[in-house]
Order: sequence, then C-alpha cells, then structure tokens
Amino acid sequence: MSCFETIQDYAFRSLGYGERLLPRSDFTLCEHFTLIGSGMIWNIYYGVLAVVTGFFLANLLAVAKNSNSSWARKPAEWFIFLFRGSPLFIQFFFAYSLFLNLKSVSSFFDPLSSAWAGALIVLFLNTAAYSAEIFYGALQSIPRGDIEAADAYGLTGWSRFRKVMWPTTMRLAWPAYTNEAIFLFHATTLVFVSGFPAWRQKGDALYYAKYLADKTFNPFVPYPILAFYFILLTLVIIFFFGLINKRLNRHLPQSQRTKVKYKPNLMR
Amino acid sequence: MRSAIFSFCSDPATLETFQWMSCYLTTGKHMAFYVSFGTVLLLLAFAAPSALLFGFGGAMAARARFLPLNWLGRGYIAIVRGVPDIAFFLFFVIALDQGLEYLRHKVKCPDWDQPIRQGNDFIVCDIAKLPLGNSAQWIHETYGFALAVVTFAIVFGAFAANVLYGAMQAVPHAQIETAEAYGLTPRQTFWRILVPQMWTYALPGLSNLWMVLIKATPLLFLLGVEDIVYWAKELGGSKTANFTAYPHPDWRTQYFLALLVFYLAFTKVSEVVLNRITTRLSHGQATLAGEAQRKTT
Repeated sequence: MSCFETIQDYAFRSLGYGERLLPRSDFTLCEHFTLIGSGMIWNIYYGVLAVVTGFFLANLLAVAKNSNSSWARKPAEWFIFLFRGSPLFIQFFFAYSLFLNLKSVSSFFDPLSSAWAGALIVLFLNTAAYSAEIFYGALQSIPRGDIEAADAYGLTGWSRFRKVMWPTTMRLAWPAYTNEAIFLFHATTLVFVSGFPAWRQKGDALYYAKYLADKTFNPFVPYPILAFYFILLTLVIIFFFGLINKRLNRHLPQSQRTKVKYKPNLMR
Repeated sequence: MRSAIFSFCSDPATLETFQWMSCYLTTGKHMAFYVSFGTVLLLLAFAAPSALLFGFGGAMAARARFLPLNWLGRGYIAIVRGVPDIAFFLFFVIALDQGLEYLRHKVKCPDWDQPIRQGNDFIVCDIAKLPLGNSAQWIHETYGFALAVVTFAIVFGAFAANVLYGAMQAVPHAQIETAEAYGLTPRQTFWRILVPQMWTYALPGLSNLWMVLIKATPLLFLLGVEDIVYWAKELGGSKTANFTAYPHPDWRTQYFLALLVFYLAFTKVSEVVLNRITTRLSHGQATLAGEAQRKTT
C-alpha cells in the first residue's frame, strides 16, 4: 500500500472517516505519521476552542478578582484556587464521573459524557482560571501614571477600563499568556487517558501514539513523531501570538517592543 | 480478607449508616488506599531532589563554554519543555526499561545470535530481564516505582534547569567581576560566588515548579503504579453484593472529590510554607523584596 493510499485511509480517521479498522501489524512510518497527525485534529480542536472561550471568562474573572466588592471577588478567588490548586488529570476524572451521574438525571446532559463536549468544558474552565491569574497579575501592575492620565482626561468607569486599563493589561500579560496557551495545547493530550472514552477509536495524537507504541512495543518511533508535531504546533502558536503582540505594541518605538519568546518561567 | 478493626463489623448488612461507614472505610482495600497517599509523598520526596540535581546539571551544561555540552544542555531544556509531559512519561517508562534490558543483555548474554527486535516483540535472554521473572512482587513494585522516579527526575529536571539557568544569569554581573578581580578561578567563582547567591533568584521559579510537581503526581497512574487514582477508580466503581460485603452504587464521583480536596489542601499548605521561606530568604538581599522589607522595619 502506497503512502498516498494510507493518507487517504487514515488522514481523518480520528473524526471517523476513511478506513474503520486501525492497522494491526507491519506498521509503516507513513502510517505512524498519518495516524498521529490525524489525532492532532482533536488536540487543535480542544486547544483553539478552549483558548478562545477561556479568554473571555478569564477577563471577567480577573476583573472580578480585582474588584473591591467581596461579592464579586470571593467567587472569582475560589474559582481560580479550585482550578489552579488541583491537577487537571483529577479534574478530568471527577468531571467525567460527575457527567455520567448527570446523564441519568436528564438526557439533556448526554453530550457531556462524551469527550468532545465534556473534556472541552473542563479545559475551558481550567484555562480560564490560569489565564485569569495572569490577567489579574497584569491588572495589578498597570503603571499608576496610565490611570492618572486617564483620570486627567476625564475618563471614568467603562470607558477608562476599555480605553486605558484593558489594553495595558493585555500588553503586560501577553508573553505569559502565550505560554499558558502553549501549555493548554500540551494539556489537551490528557483527555483520552483520563476517563473520557475514545469512541470507536477516535482519539487524539497521544491516543494513537500510545496505540502504536503498545502494538509495536517500540516507543522510539511514535513518541518522537508526536514530539515533532507538538514542536511544530508550538511554533505556530508562537507565530500567531507574536502577530497579536505586535499589534498590541504597535504604538511603541521599535526598540521598546518586547517580543513574544517561548520563555516558560511561569508554568501551569 | 483482613480481620476488621471494629468488632461489630462481622456482618455489615445489618449495620446502621454510621457504623456501616466506619466499617466500610476501614476495610483492607481502604487501608491500601490510605497507604497509597504515602506513595505520592514518597514519590515527591525522591523526585524533587533528583529533579533538582538533573536541573543543576542541565543548567551547568547550558552555561558551558564547551559547545557540544552547551548544545546538549540547551537541547535537553528545549525539547522536554516543548513536548507534552505525558508523552515523555509514557515514552521514558518503556524506553528506560528496554534500554536497561538491552544493556544487561549485551553484558550477560554475549553469544546470543538472534535479533532483539523481532517484529513487534522485544526479546532479551531470560537472565537479562528486569526485574527477573522469578523475583518477588515487591521487587516488581519497587522497580516500577524507581522507573517512575527517574522519569519524573528527567522531565522536571528540564523545568528546573530552565529556572536555575535563569537564576544564574540573574546574579549581578558585578559580583562575578569582583571575584575575577580577586583572582578566583572560574570554578571557584562558580561554586563560591554564583551558586550561593543564585537561590534567592531561583526560589520563585522553584516554588512554582514544586506546585507543578505536586499536580503531576497523579500521572503515576499512567505509569502503572498503584497510586491514589488507581485506588479511587477501584474502590469507587459500583459493587454488587455477590463480590463484597459492602455493596454500593457508583461512588467514583465522591472518591475523586476526595482526591481533589486532598490536592487542594496540599497545594494550599505548600503555598503558605513557600511564601514564608521566600520572605525569610529575601531578608537582607539586594532585591526588590529585600528592599521592601528593609523599608518597613
């Protein structure tokens, strides 16, 4: 079987298209690359949706944690503590068995016990908590001068936040937020090893890498391929976040702009 | 089945809720569950210092003037950090096992002529197996645990190397120049000037790393060690009266909730302790935190 046919058969295997049976013996390098690459679709799906939706909740949470009213502050603090203080792995297990229980309450909750919805919700809440802590830290370190300038212009309330505080927060937080996004993409590999079932062997990249490593009993081929895909993905994320960073800092002189670099000092 | 702790546990079906619970929570399997919390702490006790050691080595390599060593250090940090850690855990557990068996095979059975990889099998001679096929159960468990510790050390060593490398760079350059002016050799400068001063810069990163390490311990489950996740799954699953004296429906949600609470408490306590250490260590240092302390007192 040529490599082209393999790609036709397995490129969208993780979504359920193409050949139904996974290869069982005589694995070729092409099959390794195609299957693991097919699984990457799920990693990208979880990562992109969780980052985009998590971003909005994270902003809300950061503002709530920064507020003077304890009615807003306390829930935000507890939410962030809950999701940052416990392992994502256990959160997945807990959520999955919780969703299974909910399923017996009403059929409305049915999708939650499958990975595409249930795991996405956990990842969304998780990344919202981590990002909120980053945004909160940035909100706290807005230079006093910026706020005084806003006051001098007569800006108050929403317009002060929208026009002065929020852009500065994003500028300060962006390098750390880039790291968070990268780690979130890494964390998506936990989905199918932590309770959520890979229905009809439709799994993510790690699921297929593990399948191949278990079948061939040779970890030296599938895992480096997985690593290759993830390093590629990391570079793509850095590129996109770098573009946004450039736009955020477009008013600054060239020499004062900070570049987004993969500097994982603060990690999840 | 072990004998029960409370005398009234002989016939659980007749008991009231409170007594039933106290019997249920003291069965032999639950005792194993409680002991597995010790496994997690033991893992941390071994993995944290060895990761620090790996990290120190990695940071030293990344600073080395000798280019291949420099590349090795930087490559180690970059690759381990760029790839999901679970992939590394799953990889190293098999790779280390096969690597060790391969080495022992080469030493112990030099006149073995068949290939080691035959199709989908990895075949070494019997006396090269690790652990040996006839060894006791506890040796198997210890070997599995040791592999897990080494894997944690390699993965988190890269995280630590990154932190320590940054800390070494953060020590004010004037300190190094002064040491050179006094005629200290590079080695003396490193051990007497750089290393004692870098810890205050490394501490925030290392505290963060400790939290990450705590939150990575449930991954032991993936490495085949019978840890708290294993027991929570095992004990939480629904039990029928045919197989146990304590039948109950699916309680996994409750068991995982208990694990969540355990981890939340653990990270909270760590945070408080680490904050105290940071405050104490920044006392009298020429950093912002040290300066802030000087002004308040």
